[in-house]
This record gives sequence, C-alpha cells and structure tokens, in this order.
Amino acid sequence: MGHRTFERGIHPSYYKELTSGKRVEPAALPRTVVIPLQQHAGTPCEPLVKKGETVQEGQKIGDVKAFVTAPVHASISGKVKDIELANHPNGYRCASVVIEGDGSLRQWGSDGKVVDIGALQPEAVRQAIREAGIVGLGGAAFPSSVKLSPPKGKAVDTVILNGCECEPYLTADHRTMVEEPEKVVWGLKALMRASGAARGFIGIEENKPDAIDALTRALSGSPEIGITVLEAKYPQGAEKMLISAAVGRKVPPGKLPFDVGVLVNNVGTAVAVFEALNWGKPLIERVVTISGNGVREPKNLRVRVGTLFGEVIDQCGGLVGSEIEVLNGGPMMGNSQSTLAVPVTKGTTGITVISADEIQVRPYEPCIKCGNCVEVCPMGLMPYRLGDYGKLQMTAEISALDGLSCLECGCCSYVCPAKRPLIQWIRVGKLKLRQEARKAQGAK
Amino acid sequence: MLETLIISAVSMGAIGAVMAGFLIYADRKLKVEEDPRVEAISNALPNTNCGGCGYPGCRVFAEALMKGEALPTACVAGGNDTAAALAGILGVEAGSMKRMLAVVLCRGGNAEAERRAEYRGDMTCTASHLTGGDKSCTYGCLGLGECVDACKFDAMAMNDNGLPVVFYDKCVGCGACARACPRDIIEMHPEDRKLFVYCKNLDKGAYARKVCKVACVACGLCVKDCSVPGGIVMKNNLAVVDYSLAPQTDESVKRCPTKCILWGEEEKVTRDAYYSGRPKA
Repeated sequence: MGHRTFERGIHPSYYKELTSGKRVEPAALPRTVVIPLQQHAGTPCEPLVKKGETVQEGQKIGDVKAFVTAPVHASISGKVKDIELANHPNGYRCASVVIEGDGSLRQWGSDGKVVDIGALQPEAVRQAIREAGIVGLGGAAFPSSVKLSPPKGKAVDTVILNGCECEPYLTADHRTMVEEPEKVVWGLKALMRASGAARGFIGIEENKPDAIDALTRALSGSPEIGITVLEAKYPQGAEKMLISAAVGRKVPPGKLPFDVGVLVNNVGTAVAVFEALNWGKPLIERVVTISGNGVREPKNLRVRVGTLFGEVIDQCGGLVGSEIEVLNGGPMMGNSQSTLAVPVTKGTTGITVISADEIQVRPYEPCIKCGNCVEVCPMGLMPYRLGDYGKLQMTAEISALDGLSCLECGCCSYVCPAKRPLIQWIRVGKLKLRQEARKAQGAK
Repeated sequence: MLETLIISAVSMGAIGAVMAGFLIYADRKLKVEEDPRVEAISNALPNTNCGGCGYPGCRVFAEALMKGEALPTACVAGGNDTAAALAGILGVEAGSMKRMLAVVLCRGGNAEAERRAEYRGDMTCTASHLTGGDKSCTYGCLGLGECVDACKFDAMAMNDNGLPVVFYDKCVGCGACARACPRDIIEMHPEDRKLFVYCKNLDKGAYARKVCKVACVACGLCVKDCSVPGGIVMKNNLAVVDYSLAPQTDESVKRCPTKCILWGEEEKVTRDAYYSGRPKA
C-alpha cells in the first residue's frame, strides 16, 4: 500500500507463483509454423513469398503499403508449404503462411556489439522498428512504428515502459525484466531517442521486487529514467491507467497517449527494439507464459511466432484432463480457444489453461443494481447499463454512454454477484456499433 | 360549518372552470394540423415496425411516403396489396414488386458439421461469433437462433438439427433475420429463384470437407456443368451464382459431391406443415 495507482479497479488472485520463479527457456524448434498475415492492429499484410519457395529465418514474408501495419517474418528457415486460411487465436480464419522447417538455426547477435545510443538517428530507428515488424507485446499488438510517429504538433516528452503485468498468471514481462534488464533499459533509451522524449519511466507493480532490483541496478548512471513502483492492482497495466498513475495525466476519451505527450511501450517491446537495432533480428519469437492448473508443468517459454498452441502445451507436460478452458492471454482479458490448432502470434502474452474444477458454469441472474461494476470500472463507465444495451444491440445508447472507451478489462464481470456476462455483451455492442459506423461510412 | 363547505366547493369549481377555459383555449390555439393521409397510410401499413423498408418504423415510413421520399413498394412486409392501398391513398402509380424470401444458406447442422468445443458463453449468435463459435467451420450457422428472435412475423424456427427454417407462407421478406445473422448466412432472394449454393465456407476443399459434410469443396463441377457460361463462378474456394445471368436449368447441381448446391430442392415448408405432428415449443 501507499504506492501510486489509479482510481477503482480490483484485486484478483494472481497465481503468479506458478511461473514467476522459472527462467525463460527456449522452446523446441517447431517442425512447422503457421504464420498469420495479420498479427497486429491495422491493415493485414499481403504475402511476399510463393508456395514452394525457400525462406530463411527472419526473412520478411508479408507486408503491405499502409500506415497502421507491421510486416511479418519467417520464424524458422525452410520451405513455404502453402499460403492458406488457418485458425487464428482471435476466432476467425486468417490467411497464413505455412512453413515447413529444415531444422537449421540462425545465430543472432553473436558478435555481442552494442550500438551507441547517441549515434542513433530517430528516423532510422523508426524505420528499423517498422521493418522488424515490432508491435506492442503487451497483448493489443499495436504497431510500434505508428506510436513513434505522432501527428504534427504533438510532441512526446515522456516514454513509459509498461512492466506492470497486472493480468493474473502471466509472468513473461516479469521474467524479461529480471533476466534481461540491460536490454530493457537500452530499448527504452532507443525509444526515448526516437521520440525525442527527455524523461523515461519504468512502471512496475510492487509484487515484483526482484524485477525492481534488477532494473535499479541496470539503471545506475541513467538519471533521466526513473522506476515508478505501483500498487499491485488490476488493470494497472492498461495504458491509460498507467499514465494516470505514473505521470498524473488523464487521457481524454477517444484520445491516444500522445495527445498528452506520452508514449507507452511494453518491456518486451523494448527488448525487441534492442534486438532489432543491434542484431537486425525481426520480431520472430516472444516470451509466452504457459500457466494454469490445467497444464501439467507451467513454464515461461521463448516461443517462435507461428508455433501451434498444442505443441507449446505439449512441451509443458500436456493438459490435465479434457474438460479445460484454454485462453489466449490471461484469465481476465484472454479469449477462449475452441481448438489447440491455433498459432502463437506476436500478441500472445500467455496461454492460460483453466482446469475443470476451476470452471464454474451457472446461469446468470437478473441485475440487482448493486453498483459493484460501477465502483470497479477503471474508465468510470456504467457496465450494468452498457451490458444491457449491448445485449439488446442498442448502439445509440452505447455510444451515448461512451461504450467505446471500455477497455474490456473484465473487472465488471469479475465482481458481478449475479454472474452476468457483462463484458461479452459490451463486446457485442461495440462490434455492432463499429459495424454500423462502417456501414454509414460506406453509404457516404 | 356549512358555510365552509360551500366556500370550498365554489372556489374549487371556479378554479376548475378557469383551468378548463385555459385548456380549451390551448387546444384551439396550439392545435397541430396533420395531414389526414398520414393517419390513413399508417392504418394501411402492417405496423409491425420490422424495418424492412429501411426506415426505423412504420410511422416514419408513412411520413417519408408523404414527402415522396419513399415508394409504396418499399413496404416489403405488406406486399402488393399494401402497395396498391398506399398508392390509392397517395394517388400515385403502385408499381409491382417481387416477393422476397429469406434463404438460409447453410445446411451444416448438428448432424453434418463437426463440433470442436463446447460454447458456454452468452447464448446469442453474435456473442458466440466473437469467440469463433463451437463448430470447426467458422463460416457456418452458429445455431443459437438470433435470426428466429429477430423475426417479427413468426416465420422462422430452429429445427431439430440446429438450423433455422423459414416458413414459406409466413415470410414477408423484411430481411430482419438477414440483418441479425452475424455470419451473413441468410440472404434475401426473389421467390422465383431456384438455384442456391447452401454454403459460405471459404476454406480449401479438403479442410472444408473435414469440418462439414455438406460444405462447398470448391471442386468446380457446378461451374463446368452450368448451362450459362459464367452463371456460376468460383470465388475464394466457394461457388457463387451470378443471378444477373440467371442460370435456368438444373444440370449444374447434379454432380455436386456434397449436395451443397441445389435446384429448388430445398423444401418450402409452411408453418402449419412444420408444426403439425410435433409439439409446439
């Protein structure tokens, strides 16, 4: 207590002890990878390779001429088996490049040289980040190069690295900070250099003292960067919550962090920036936490993008029982999967497997207007009403109540004593609202 | 004592009279002149507010008709009779309209489509669609009946196989079901069309066949056999009928290996026929 934080929110059970002490291990090299051409928020990529072509690890295999996008790269060397529709963790079929590996490994950064920060040119950094296909690794997968290109007249003065990892079970960012603090700090400095920001913060929740220690040591001699220790509270790692806790600025509804002069990046993204700028290594693998009571041996693994969930889970001893729920992400914001034949994407922070005895199925009951959801909503919305409007698909009312500001963090569903699936309804409502907006735009 | 009663009765009466006078004055002064035809049109419309005309409700549509912004034939729910009645009131040519029917373009019910998981979320199609659904086919019917809920004319039901059925005699063609379906499986077609591809799956043949017994496997036989060149085209692994070329014969459907393209074979059920012999839900 006593640490900085934001208003409202919840204190769920974290279950982080399952993996927080486990070193990140490299996952076995997959024989086949399925690399979706859309792993980011924005325009999907077009394939740059053909069926039968030989590709090298790290070769760009998909790109598109658009502003909000990020290219995708081959995560293993081998042959392109096919370009076809395949399952995507977000629940739809996505055009994907299937690569059959030849078993060879490429060495990245073996010379151990590190570029001098002062020698970096901001535009070159931005370009390198775009070419490396780097997206926000916190889960939303927003292209990092776009974040570094604020519109004219908007200057960024502060870069915040997000090391909160408030989602239960997940420890990928935690382990990254403990094991690779130098890379994190270097990446942050490069991001500050590219955005022209003078100040830097690393926001960490108080429940990760070893990460705070490791970064404090790595930061000696860098007075422009501070560590902000935050209260362990969910959703502390949400961009807007972190900004309000760390620098006390409020991002208005519908606005982005650069409207208040802030740039927020995940700690994993900073490591990816380090590897891209020093080693020329594109974003082809990421740290994934595989946790939950439904998996035999919870682990933190460095997994290549495109590895199927099933293969990853097998390396953790497999599933316990068959009646389980597998989530892409953590239990609060992750979406449940209907098959294990989905690939790990750039946005896969973790794979959470909930075991049968933890799943409670019970029908929801009428809203008793207790107001618990309003008390915990970090955005100050009225989830009980948004939920009803979403259920009834009343889009005008949702937009009047500012439903699009909803982060879908899940606090409201978590506290609801009637177990109403508020988030699911709000998601339906937001989907309908966006569809209508698109239709209206098309009609014009 | 009596005096008090009289005073109160008289004063209340006086206040009442003044108020009544004010109301009479207000009624005359503030009267809104409404075209009597709006009332007549409103009465001629089905007043189900189905939204098939594209306006939020029947009253708004009636006003649009008065302004000349809408045509009498726009009321799909009312059909030709309503259009004629409206044209009579407005004094315009009625024109004629083709009856539209909702067609459910998926035959992959519980028996045909593979189910890969159990869905336990909110039991509506849109909510299930957001998670990818419980069937292996991510294009097919989710089977939770949002279309049936949207139908205001009692013209749909979910059958035992988990697929929606449209009752031929009750469907007015308002399109509410088509708008409700998150996967755009239901389409509106003129009633004389016979050739339909009952599948929306865009996967490659082998995978499509694996996930559903009645999926379009993109073999191209219907395209080859079609009597009109270009009448059926293969688009993204799915056979698509080009109705502007109006293929008029049934050769194209005969060799379909999964019977997902049919020629008028999909039985047109009436509501009574559907419910006869089965207990009403």
